[in-house]
Order: sequence, then structure tokens, then C-alpha cells
Amino acid sequence: MTTQAALWWAVIVSGLYHGFNPGMGWPLAVSAALMERKTSALPGALLALAGGHFLAMCAILLPFSLMVTLVYWEGQIRLGAGLLVVGLGIYLLINRKHPRFLARVPPSKLALWSFLAAMAHGAGLMLVPIFLGICAPGSLDAGHEAAESLMASNVGMAFIVAGIHTLAMTLAGGALAVGMYFWLGLKFLTRSWFNLDVVWALSLILVGGIGIMTSSHTTLT
Amino acid sequence: MNLRPDPTFHPTAKMAMAAPVETVAFTLMLSPDGSKPDGLAVVDVDPTSDTYGDILHSLFMPNLGDEFHHFGWNACSSALSPLTGHAFLERRYLIIPGIRSSRIYIIDVKEPLKAKIHKIIEPEELFEKTGYSRPHTIHCGPEGIYVSTLGGGGEDGTDGPPGIFIMDCETFEILGRYEMDRGIQDKHYDFWWNLPRDYMVSSEWGLPPQFENGIVPEDLLSNKYGHTIHFWDLRARKNVQSIDLGENHQMALEIRPAHDPAKEYGFCGVVVDTSNLQGAIFTWWRKEDGTFEAKKTITIDPVPADADDLPDLLKGFGACPPLVTDIDLSLDDRFLYVACWGLGEMHQYDVSDPMNPVLAGKVDLGGIVKKTKHPNGKDFGYGPQMVEISRDGKRVYWTNSLYSTWDDQFYPGERGAAMVCADVGKDGGLTLNKDFWVEFPEGYRSHQIRLEGGDCSTDSFCYPSV
Repeated sequence: MTTQAALWWAVIVSGLYHGFNPGMGWPLAVSAALMERKTSALPGALLALAGGHFLAMCAILLPFSLMVTLVYWEGQIRLGAGLLVVGLGIYLLINRKHPRFLARVPPSKLALWSFLAAMAHGAGLMLVPIFLGICAPGSLDAGHEAAESLMASNVGMAFIVAGIHTLAMTLAGGALAVGMYFWLGLKFLTRSWFNLDVVWALSLILVGGIGIMTSSHTTLT
Repeated sequence: MNLRPDPTFHPTAKMAMAAPVETVAFTLMLSPDGSKPDGLAVVDVDPTSDTYGDILHSLFMPNLGDEFHHFGWNACSSALSPLTGHAFLERRYLIIPGIRSSRIYIIDVKEPLKAKIHKIIEPEELFEKTGYSRPHTIHCGPEGIYVSTLGGGGEDGTDGPPGIFIMDCETFEILGRYEMDRGIQDKHYDFWWNLPRDYMVSSEWGLPPQFENGIVPEDLLSNKYGHTIHFWDLRARKNVQSIDLGENHQMALEIRPAHDPAKEYGFCGVVVDTSNLQGAIFTWWRKEDGTFEAKKTITIDPVPADADDLPDLLKGFGACPPLVTDIDLSLDDRFLYVACWGLGEMHQYDVSDPMNPVLAGKVDLGGIVKKTKHPNGKDFGYGPQMVEISRDGKRVYWTNSLYSTWDDQFYPGERGAAMVCADVGKDGGLTLNKDFWVEFPEGYRSHQIRLEGGDCSTDSFCYPSV
């Protein structure tokens, strides 16, 4: 598998991972459908969760997509991003408390909640090292491109990465929500929910670590 | 922190009903004159056990004069909403406030027979961080542990209104006041909510000078106790509507919303209607437009009595008022239990149609005039008071003390602590279990009961029963 293919798989797998985690919201879609006593509320809620998640991904990736145009600093940017992601992972490992402001978002504002939850847990940052890898000049032959077209293509790439990631997330969460709503029942919720706090923090450290390692590689070559 | 959600957390009330039944109950013991430390009794409620009805373990506090009243868990089924962000809490600690001392105990009951004090929050810390005093009802919710208080600041608790404060659900640190806009709310008692619909309902008893040294008859007859229920935007922390039940409806106490969050109604018990001495239950509900309404749906009449049979406080009335002091709703939202502490009766209403409750069962026990004995032949002092229902709805437990100084006014003399159990018939009906009787230590009274794994007044459910 080429590096590029591996990176795209990472975008998808991270999406599935976020999606399967009940903490990212899919049980809320089941709750919405049950509360409103209509099945159509389920896709509606999933869409709101997806919208919020997509925005959170874009909010993090877009600034980095602009920075990628600074080709000269590419290695340093990747190093910095990697350190940031590792740092957040370590922080979440030490501070296991969930941010309380999330509990003040009304249940009717699912998109806002999804956006804030993704931001607070660094779901977008987890994608940054992967995204920077995809945009690496070597792979896009970007070194020869003019800054403007490079910027445009990177901005476009940020939307694509965020979109594919969110699609994977929504399919994963949606599959569980539909499964629970139609067949598995609410018992499935307590059976399938695992505490992923530590795994999540370690994932950030892992992804950030890979980012740091590959950045030194880029800098050297 | 658990790796899986606590097995006692249930997505729906219906699933909680199907969970394993309780084997122990936790009951608060209070020393009415403050001469002994208050305590927590762990009671055997497993009918197959040789020690059925015995106190298996008692934990006494290191202070005097706390006056235990209500208490609650650190975590419940409300944790199963992804919105709260703490699905992996353990149901492990009981939060027990001293209603008189304003001291709060956090008791670790992971091993009930080795229950121990985990943390004590001194009254000064509560005063300093919230400006509130006399903590009362406990509920676990989106932002942590919510605690209602009956008093504001100052020596007699009248410096500013009472309200709700929030505690961290892991460290038990007091975080601060809940309210951002309390509207006209100036008294407090109970509160509960509908989590997915995002509203809260609160009620009113009276201010500390109106209850601490006993009921103040002049205040009652001039309708100065609470008679308003308040509706809140739960997460915005804002009072959105206050409904005055009518000033003659004195002391609107227990708030019991339907457990199924798809239903948008609930009940509130009123101790006494000063115009006719009736006890009353109001049904409140949310309308299509999001506003609320309340209507009286149950009245319980006073019973004429000889002045000789009545305490000084009631002699002039020539009747014994029902005194509706506690109500509790079964998890299937079908039966509402109403304690008539004055009459000495426990009523069971079928509230399948919440606007038209039907009396389905009744037990006579104790009472100011009737003084009905327990089927085991023993005297039941005072009347049925704090009531708790098993999750499966088949057993109803209750104790007999209301509040130290009020007990003495309505039932002069020491009448002894009690805790009993009644069995519920398949389609209603209530029969006292003659084999269940708890002997409490001398000089104590008994108050609220909590059941192992949650009961009908602790857990808030985030998903509809389907």
C-alpha cells in the first residue's frame, strides 16, 4: 500500500472510530426518533450530528491548509502540528474530566453539541497529521506549483478530507443507530458502550507521534 | 470510573423495572433532639434472607445536630445520555445533607456492609460558595449533582432566596449556584426534570424560620407557606413560568414527573388546603406551545375528630387533616402513592390517566386519631411518611417521621422509628407485609429510604420506554 493510500484509509478509519463511539452522539439520534415517535427524526438527528462534526473538522483543517502553502516551513509545520496533537493526547490522559460547558447545550441543538464535542475532544486535531501527510509537497508535486493554486488545492483537499471523514463517521454511527432503533433495542446501548477515554488520548498521541516522525523525515530529505 | 456503564444505569424506566430486585435498603436515622449523631442504616430487604428486616450495618456521623432528611446518589441512569459526558461514573456514593446543620456527607456504599465516610463538606464551605443553606433534595443530571436548599444566607437563612447548587460528580466539589434567572422564586423545596425535553420543575415549602422550630400556625392560616411551582429551562438555568396553585394550597412539596421522558406531565403534592383542611395532588403538564398548566386532580378529605383526640395545634379545627407529606410514582408511571401522614393512611392511585386518578388501594397504619397497629401487632408511631417504591413496582416501603419539630407538634411524645413494606397486587391494591418490620436503635427517628441500585425517586431516564 502506498503512503497516500494508507493516509486515505486513516481518514476513513478515524471517521469510523469517531462514529462508533456513542460519546460522539449516535444514541441521540435513536433518542430523537423515539421521543418524536417518528422514524424520520433519526436521519434528521444524524444529519445534525454530521453537520456539526464536519464544521469542527473544517475549522481545524482549514487553517492548516493555508499554512501548507508555506512550503519552505513544511517540516516545521508538520513537527509543530504533531507536537500539538501529542500534547493534547497527554493532556486528555492526565485530565480525564469532560468539559462541563457541553452539558449546557440544549438537546435540541445537536449540531452545535456535535461541533463543540468534536472540538473539545480534539477530533479535528486527530486528522491534522494525516491531512498534512496527504498534502505533503512530494506527493502532490506541489513544489512546482504556484502558491495560489497550491492554496486552492489544499483548501479543497481540507474539505474533501473533512467530508470523507464525516461520511465514514456518519455511516458508522448511523448503522448502529438504525440497528438499535429497528432491531437491537436500547439494551444494546449499555452493552456496546466502552470507556474509550484512554484509547482516545493514546490515539491522539499515536497519530501525533507519526506526524512528528514523518516531519523529520521530510525535513531531512 | 468504569470501563462499561454501571449495570444499575438503564436507558429506560421499563428496563430499570426488569433489573434485579433490591436486596438492601439505605434508611436515614435522625436524633430528634440532636443528642446523638445521625446515621445511615443498611437494612436487609431480601425476603429469602434469615435477617430479613434487620439492620445489617449502621454508620453514625462524627457530628451532632445534622438532622438527616433527604439524600441521593452521586450518579444514576441520567449518565446514559451522550450529552452529559460522564457515562462511566459508578453508582457508589450517597450524598446525605444535614438539613439543620447544612453539613454534607459523601458516603461510600460500594460495599454496603462496610459503608464509610468518603468526604465531609462543612457548612462554611457551602455558605461561602453558594450563599445557600439547609441542603435538601439531590438529583444527578447533565452538569453534575444538583442539590436544592431551603435557606438563603445569614443566621436564620433568610438573607437572599434559597435555590439549587451544583456539585462536581467526581470530586464532590461545590461548583456554585445553578440559577441564572430565578424569576419570582423565593422559597424552595423539591425539584425534578425531563432531561430530553430540557425542563425542570421546582416547588416550595417555607423559609427556615417557618419550619426549623416547628410549624408556625399563624403563617399557615395566613397562607404564608409556599404555594407556587416553578418551571425552568433546565440548561439555560432560567425560570420560564411560575404557576400559583392558589394561596390556600399550602406547602407544595414533592415533584414527581412521569419517568418516561416522552410523557410531558407530572404530579405535585400539597400538604394542606387551608380553606377546608383537604390534602391535594395537582397534575401539571406541558402544552403544545411549550407553556405549562396545572390542575387539582386528587383531593383527600379531613376526618372529623374529637378535640380530645387531637394535638393542641389541631384542637380548634375539630378534624384531622390528611397532611399529604410525600408522594412517589412507580416506574411504569401507573401508580402514584400518597402518604397521608395525619390520617395514618397510604393511598395508591391508578394514574394511567393522569388527569383522572382513581383510588386503587389503601393501607391504614398509625395516624393522629386512628393509631392503627401493624398486622404484626406492634404500634406504628406517627403516620406513613417518606415512601419509596421498588423498581419493579411490587413493593412499597415507608417510614414515619416528617421533621423533628413537626413530629412533636402533631404527635406529641416520642413514638419510635418505623420502616414497613407493603406488597402491591397485580392490578393495584396494597397489603402490608406482616413479616417486614425494622427495629431502629432507641431514641432515633427514620426518614428517607434509598434502594440498592436506584429506586422510583432517584433515576432520571434519557430514553422513552418503548
